[in-house]
Amino acid sequence: MGKHKTPMLDELEKGPWPSFVSDIKQQVENGKHVLKEAPDDLLGVMELSYEDRVTHWKHGGIVGVFGYGGGIIGRYCDQPTNFPGVAHFHTVRVNQPSSKYYTTKFLGDLLDLWEKHGSGLTNMHGSTGDIVFLGTTTDHLEPLFFEMTHELNQDLGGSGSNLRTPECCLGKSRCQYACYDTQEVCHQLTNEYQDELHRPAFPYKFKFKFDGCPNGCVASIARSDMSVIGTWRDDIRIDQKAVAAYVNGEIKPNAGAHSGRDWGKFDIQKEVIALCPTNCMCYDGKTLEINNRECTRCMHCLNVMPQALRVGVDQGASVLFGAKAPILEGAQMSTLTVPFIPMEPPYDELKDLIEKVWDWWMEEGKNRERLGELIQRKSFQEFLRVLELDPDPRMVDEPRSNPYIFWKEEEVEGGWTRDIEAYRAKHQR
Amino acid sequence: MTEDEARQLILETLKSKSKSKSKFYLKDFYAIVPDMKNREVKNLVNKMVMEGHLEYWSSGSTTLIGLKGMGKQHAEED
Ligand code: HEM
Ligand code: HEM
Ligand code: SF4
Ligand code: SF4
Repeated sequence: MGKHKTPMLDELEKGPWPSFVSDIKQQVENGKHVLKEAPDDLLGVMELSYEDRVTHWKHGGIVGVFGYGGGIIGRYCDQPTNFPGVAHFHTVRVNQPSSKYYTTKFLGDLLDLWEKHGSGLTNMHGSTGDIVFLGTTTDHLEPLFFEMTHELNQDLGGSGSNLRTPECCLGKSRCQYACYDTQEVCHQLTNEYQDELHRPAFPYKFKFKFDGCPNGCVASIARSDMSVIGTWRDDIRIDQKAVAAYVNGEIKPNAGAHSGRDWGKFDIQKEVIALCPTNCMCYDGKTLEINNRECTRCMHCLNVMPQALRVGVDQGASVLFGAKAPILEGAQMSTLTVPFIPMEPPYDELKDLIEKVWDWWMEEGKNRERLGELIQRKSFQEFLRVLELDPDPRMVDEPRSNPYIFWKEEEVEGGWTRDIEAYRAKHQR
Repeated sequence: MTEDEARQLILETLKSKSKSKSKFYLKDFYAIVPDMKNREVKNLVNKMVMEGHLEYWSSGSTTLIGLKGMGKQHAEED
């Protein structure tokens, strides 16, 4: 039993789902954490917030570790006398390994370290993918950081006006759809941009995320300022024999997913051909054909018949910019900016693009302005000019709301101040 | 302007404003030493943090920079 009565939090344990309240209580009972009172007082201050309907956390603070300006977020409680265990309750962001693969030994070592230097409470994983350590005091930060980097060879992630911890999907480690090695590029860029990750120098946060294909398992298009999404330029590979096997019911569609109920016999016309968003497929009972020029890489047909259809072999990625959550303007998804970029180490072309974007944003961006908002303010055309890219019809979503052809004065004969008399001589009002 | 002069100017400017303001955006530092390149200013600011003249303050989402010890912490923070 904890030292605080928490009737409202206890309600949260009654539902069908695992409860974070039960987890924290478990830590109170059995944890070996050094900050003895932290989990218990966390429950207490949360219950108080439920009663008062206001937060008792103060915003931000001066915490960091030597040489780093990010990775640790200062949190202080405004009820330190009643809840001394959470008077200081700083968050530590630990850079997760690519695709979140680790051994149980490593995980155990990491958690032992955290019980030695904090509350023992974690969030596996935070939205940007980091392993999040919840709650420690300022005096524990340096020893924690030293041991983590020197003994576990493990770095902190990003926070504040930094490059945030890069994140990638499982990619080639497990997935046949991967059009490039997401883990490799995520790792390479994390190393390349250490300074941006640890030393805040941006107007605001900046995230890149790597999806190996348009299925978007890390949802890069919605969650990152720069979304790198795998794609291919040639044709979807078709194994006609396997198509026939799907049609005859020999292979389960969707790799056996959605099998919770009987959907009846697989119907390729209804379930694949008719659902292709660009209507670019046909099947005459013998041969499946795809008009690849019209295919938008929606992935539907490939997901339904993974043994029959494979992504093309001329692989790379599309790069989109500007997704963000609603803070100043509304939420927005990334906008297609580079239709195709090769994705081979050492990724020079991609780095070149990133650096042009950062230079512009660091120069022109206002304090706390995300890249997507800067593009909105300055226009997409301006963004293309900065990146030295030509407008391309594939960048246009709706011609009437984001047209992309604007003349510059030097491109118009006579400029904006041509001789109106000479013009009127030829064209009457 | 030499690095030492820039360092001096930054410290003086921050001190003179310290009554009304203790935390600054990196952009404010660019404005203090306009003839230095932004990247150089950024590197200098980071160096001054390492040397213990300045310190980072972070809300978690945004980073500000102030004179060491000037930004009030926890119990004193208003
Ligand atoms: C080279 C010649 C021309 C070019 C490049 C051009 C270009 C454009 C563009 C880019 C739009 C906007 C489309 C949109 O936002 O969906 C537009 C709209 C329009 N243009 Fe032209 N135009 C040309 C000639 C003409 C001529 C000769 C006429 C009439 C005699 C004309 C009549 C219109 C009309 C009625 C609209 C629609 C306005 C609306 O619905 O909002 N255009 N034009
Ligand atoms: C080969 C000749 C032409 C072609 C291929 C053509 C094609 C089109 C197309 C595709 C649209 C629909 C645009 C949209 O939905 O956004 C359109 C709209 C329009 N066209 Fe044409 N057009 C031609 C000639 C003309 C001529 C000669 C005129 C007038 C004298 C004209 C006046 C308009 C107007 C006013 C609209 C806009 C209707 C609206 O905004 O609702 N067009 N045209
Ligand atoms: S995003 Fe695509 S490549 Fe990456 S794991 Fe998901 S389906 Fe596979
Ligand atoms: S990937 Fe989508 S758009 Fe392309 S052929 Fe398949 S269903 Fe059609």
